[in-house]
Amino acid sequence: MAHASTYKPRSGFARWLDSRLPIMRLAHDSFVDFPTPKNLNYWWTFGGILSVCLVILIVSGVALSMHYTPHADFAFASVEHIMRDVNYGWLLRYMHANSSSMFFLAVYIHMLRGLYYGSYKEPREVLWILGVMLFILMIASAFLGYVLPWGQMSFWAATVITNLFGVIPFIGDEVLAWLWGGFGVDGPTLNRFYSLHYLLAFLIAGVVVLHIWALHVPGNNNPKGIDVKGPQDTIPFHPYYTVKDGFALGVFLIVLALLIFYAPNILGHPDNYIPADPLTTPEHIVPEWYFLPFYAILRAVPDILFIPAKTAGVIAMLLAIFTLFLLPWLDSSKVRSARYRPLFKQFFWIFVIACVALGWAGSQSPEGMALLVARISTLYYFAFFWVIMPLLGVIETPKSVPDSISKPVLGSGSAAASGTSG
Amino acid sequence: MITQTKRYPPRWSVLTIGVAMGLALAAWAPVRAADEATEALSPSARDWSFSGPLGVFDRAALQRGYQLYREVCSACHSLEFIAFRNLADPGGPEFSEEAVKALAAEHSVQDGPDEFGEMFDRPGRLSDYLPSPYLNNNEARAANGGSLPPDLSVIIKARTNGPNYLYALLTGYEDPPADFELADMMNYNPYFSGRQIAMAPQLFEGIVEYSDGTEASVAQMAKDLVQFLTWTAEPKLEERKALAMPVLIYMLILTILLYASYKRIWRDVDHD
Repeated sequence: MAHASTYKPRSGFARWLDSRLPIMRLAHDSFVDFPTPKNLNYWWTFGGILSVCLVILIVSGVALSMHYTPHADFAFASVEHIMRDVNYGWLLRYMHANSSSMFFLAVYIHMLRGLYYGSYKEPREVLWILGVMLFILMIASAFLGYVLPWGQMSFWAATVITNLFGVIPFIGDEVLAWLWGGFGVDGPTLNRFYSLHYLLAFLIAGVVVLHIWALHVPGNNNPKGIDVKGPQDTIPFHPYYTVKDGFALGVFLIVLALLIFYAPNILGHPDNYIPADPLTTPEHIVPEWYFLPFYAILRAVPDILFIPAKTAGVIAMLLAIFTLFLLPWLDSSKVRSARYRPLFKQFFWIFVIACVALGWAGSQSPEGMALLVARISTLYYFAFFWVIMPLLGVIETPKSVPDSISKPVLGSGSAAASGTSG
Repeated sequence: MITQTKRYPPRWSVLTIGVAMGLALAAWAPVRAADEATEALSPSARDWSFSGPLGVFDRAALQRGYQLYREVCSACHSLEFIAFRNLADPGGPEFSEEAVKALAAEHSVQDGPDEFGEMFDRPGRLSDYLPSPYLNNNEARAANGGSLPPDLSVIIKARTNGPNYLYALLTGYEDPPADFELADMMNYNPYFSGRQIAMAPQLFEGIVEYSDGTEASVAQMAKDLVQFLTWTAEPKLEERKALAMPVLIYMLILTILLYASYKRIWRDVDHD
């Protein structure tokens, strides 16, 4: 919620600057004295974690770009040059690769938290939409970045994913040649992917600013999913949430450090240490773990009427992502938090299970058991958004929702009295 | 306290039904039959000095591994990302600089052009990369019945479970089962994908005479080579693990302090 500014310039220079560019006031009102619900749990710390991840990625990425060569003949060797000859180059590269993996882990938790507590609902629809845009930009950026080491998986992932554009009717082949800069994935493709990868990082940073702006207009949602009723429900962002986010960030960075220092290649595919070879197709082409659910959806769809399986798969995969934009309007329930939605809570956890099952299926060959799991989970994925969400608001009887963040339901206990004052 | 206006739905939950349906499907679904005759065996796990948070290379094994590479593997396999100077780097085989200079000087390297525009040959230097056995991939294939001996620089990282796999592969050659159809110029090795590998067995008892007097058994040579190629793939492994401890200890203390601050700052906030 919008709130009155409490910024007081402490020096002559601060007053001078404040009357010309009130940037310190903006920072103070956004990150120091920003009224924040006092009941946010640890699931709310992932926004801060994601921001720090993005900074780590941009800083390490800029340093890496100073030593990397975006050329089909030299890219692989330049990555090895970074690993061997650049001071702490191994650290930069392992940091960049593992942070991007953890970035996705954090964003999935962040999105599921939004889903569970109904953070996308009125009045936070634009905040959610900007988040989905960030997610799509992240997907694009991670895909482009994965191509840059120019190993076997880089090359074949680029081939598989760009070929998806070939399903566009009539102009598919022309679009492909335009994307590739030739008649297949090759040097020109690598060069433009490098350029776009660098560009997208800063687009993401820009949309993050909008995302935080859109957060600061209605303010944070909270685990109870009810509106802030007054100052008794909130505490200032600093020091309360800076310290809580700081602690959660510390734990997150320890996990990241364990990966970087002790298992830096565990999330990568060994084939990407084989230089790209257009004449040798790897046995299994699999994307990074964070794309596996969508990869499973892509391959789960059979021929549908006159639409061939490949086209239908691409449509399903795109629909799986773009459906998220409509979530605020697909959910018909007035209650935000799953705490008070007994049915939704269960469908939510099945949704989480379905996503994990899709991830597993995506890592397997699309046949037998894996294909079956992928198909059932894909059906559930779409049913969850397009059938269950719209219906639940009608058929579900929510539990009674508390009146305010400070006051318990029905005023049982002594805390009720203190909550009503102010 | 939250008061429940209605229990919904009674007893069995949607979640239980979902899980039950999933299990039922798992039991019913057809299981893919594996092709046992050609599917590669998974290598058994071994202890390596370089595994674990405090793992380091066995310096003597790295030196023996290099000798083995030079006398056996380098006939067909290149190590294109390793320069002679690396053999003297800390965290590697750590040969003395004089020894490595002498090694490098044994090779003749084409350099140039000189001030008259002529290419010339000179003895190898520390900054030169290890020479490749073939001029290019085509020559390599022609010399090996159409198969390309891969560069070994990062081979350990380019294979799943690299160190154990390489050990199993090098020591795992055996006679093919009677009904196994082995292609021309191929060798049977149950650890290789498809079980047919172009490389013939290379390690035989006493094929090298180790300069440190270690007995060159097949198992010993395979171990030494795994150590050496793990180093070529991950030359900063020791630097990485040495940096890990201070970073983690710092992060741990910082995080504990942040937790203490969190508890203290929040002590008067009534929240749930």
